[in-house]
Amino acid sequence: MGKTIAEKIFDAHEVDNPSGDIRVIRLDAVFCHEITTPIAINDLVKRGKDRVFDPDKIKVVIDHVSPAKDSKTAMQGKILREWARRNNIKDFFDIGRNGVCHALFPEKGFVRPGYTVIMGDSHTCTHGAFGAFAAGVGSTDLEVGILKGVCAFHYPKTIRIDIRGTLQPGVYAKDVILFVIGAIGVNGAAGRVVEFAGPTVEHMDMASRMTLCNMAIEAGGTSGICHPDETTLEYLWPFIKDDNADKAAALESFQSLASDPDASYDQVVEIDVSDLTPRTTRGFKPDNVVPVEEMKGRGVDQVYIGSCTNGRIEDLRVAAAVLKGNTISEHVRAIVSPATPHIFQQALEEGLINIFMEAGFCVTNPTCGACLGMSNGVLAEGEICAATTNRNFNGRMGKGGMIHLMSPATAAATAIAGKITNSDLYSAAKTQSP
Amino acid sequence: MKNFSGNILFLDRDDINTDEIIPAKYLTENTREALAPYLLEDLDMEEFDPAVDLAGRQAIVTRSNFGCGSSREHAPWALEVNGINLVIAESFARIFRQNMYNCGMLAVEMDRSVLDRLFSRFAGLTTTVETDFEGGIFTFTSGDQEEVVPFSISGFDRELIHAGGWVDYADRRY
Ligand code: SF4
Repeated sequence: MGKTIAEKIFDAHEVDNPSGDIRVIRLDAVFCHEITTPIAINDLVKRGKDRVFDPDKIKVVIDHVSPAKDSKTAMQGKILREWARRNNIKDFFDIGRNGVCHALFPEKGFVRPGYTVIMGDSHTCTHGAFGAFAAGVGSTDLEVGILKGVCAFHYPKTIRIDIRGTLQPGVYAKDVILFVIGAIGVNGAAGRVVEFAGPTVEHMDMASRMTLCNMAIEAGGTSGICHPDETTLEYLWPFIKDDNADKAAALESFQSLASDPDASYDQVVEIDVSDLTPRTTRGFKPDNVVPVEEMKGRGVDQVYIGSCTNGRIEDLRVAAAVLKGNTISEHVRAIVSPATPHIFQQALEEGLINIFMEAGFCVTNPTCGACLGMSNGVLAEGEICAATTNRNFNGRMGKGGMIHLMSPATAAATAIAGKITNSDLYSAAKTQSP
Repeated sequence: MKNFSGNILFLDRDDINTDEIIPAKYLTENTREALAPYLLEDLDMEEFDPAVDLAGRQAIVTRSNFGCGSSREHAPWALEVNGINLVIAESFARIFRQNMYNCGMLAVEMDRSVLDRLFSRFAGLTTTVETDFEGGIFTFTSGDQEEVVPFSISGFDRELIHAGGWVDYADRRY
């Protein structure tokens, strides 16, 4: 019988089968940031095992609170920095060269099809967009990953989301993934790999695939995953050209990873997105998803464009297209955080930063910032934020605050209106094609 | 092996997430002990007051998808430093569940029907659970009410508990 892509990756990485369906797998990359790694480092030091399994396979960034906001976050950075130095970890991205981990590491070419990746961060599932098995883990799994280069998982069961249909203008991968989570629920993919397949996904660029995979965890998924194809190849080619005779050879090896036609799935969900309208959330759970139309007119205090879900250049371009020539409502404040220094520079060169500033946005350095309510835009009690992030939990952006998740287009339009609304990119399209 | 018996805190809600268990603003702490005062600070349940309701509890009984959301191991640590090493639920989020066993703590899934019975018989009363780990038996007691419920966990999870967690286990084996 055929295998899914996740099964193929597991079979190629198996180290041990301690009991039942538990597989201990070899890791190709271990990613680290300053929030969950210092405790693992401290524990390794305490155990007299301050070593790493392979310094070239460990990639490190300070991203969640950057630059440090207080003595405690400064100490987290210091622990990480000194550890990277003494263990010869070359790929350490300090303040100035740092960006949101799940945007920065793909941009550096650190994720490849067929890889196994862990990180002490639940949105590690993002990297599955490249055809990798990438899972968020806790600090203890991370600690063992750093020390031994292995991690234990259940042998993967997969839920396949088959997506077909051409998206309406003004409707994006973010609207699709919100719709999917709304359909299957926050528990809908629990303990399973979420494979995104079908023509709509095949036509998506890497940024959109990352947006899809990024939110697999909001449905409880272990990893998101897409089949590696020509789009993946084009993105990665600058990083892999020396290892491959030519593109055709590389593509063939990518395609051999894709799930076999007779692979068996735990569940298959088919959705048609041809008529999908822009989506947002209501309340404190990411599966409480409604059309933007239904929330139209709800006033917001803050708009946030950024994060590992939607802080890439493609996202900033869309938001800027909506904002161009407009200013934000006097009732809101708006913040944009380009996810990496490279994205920031691109946005500068393309004139997007100007558009954001003229519209009245605060432009911050690349960081997670407001997304997790630790710095750079924490909400006050009772405030409401329209955000392009991935999690609307109670208190996420600040105690007593509420978040409505949405696409960058919707967020930009909401900033202008001062209340939740669809962007013209969507409504213009509607009036053109009745 | 840690203690898996004691007074129960009943949390009758699905999808209690890690931001509720321990808010992100406390993730700057570099020791587990520092998390102790903040456990369940943002729990979205009416009439729940952590200061009152957590006092003297060593176990949690709750509903489905407990621990969903972030990967933060601070969530089980915040439980651990409050003396809570056992959570019984209909289901857990994968990362949270793994984090529990990685720390040598016990996370046990139980059928909805059993949980319904436990909630209807015991919630609101002072209830204790006595855990026979090797035998795989929970005994719930409140006053003269008693209910015995068998449980099972995988061989791997059992070994993690015996080893005291994943670091010690992996260090010996790999
Ligand atoms: S941007 Fe938000 S969701 Fe993404 S890694 Fe940072 S804190 Fe986590």
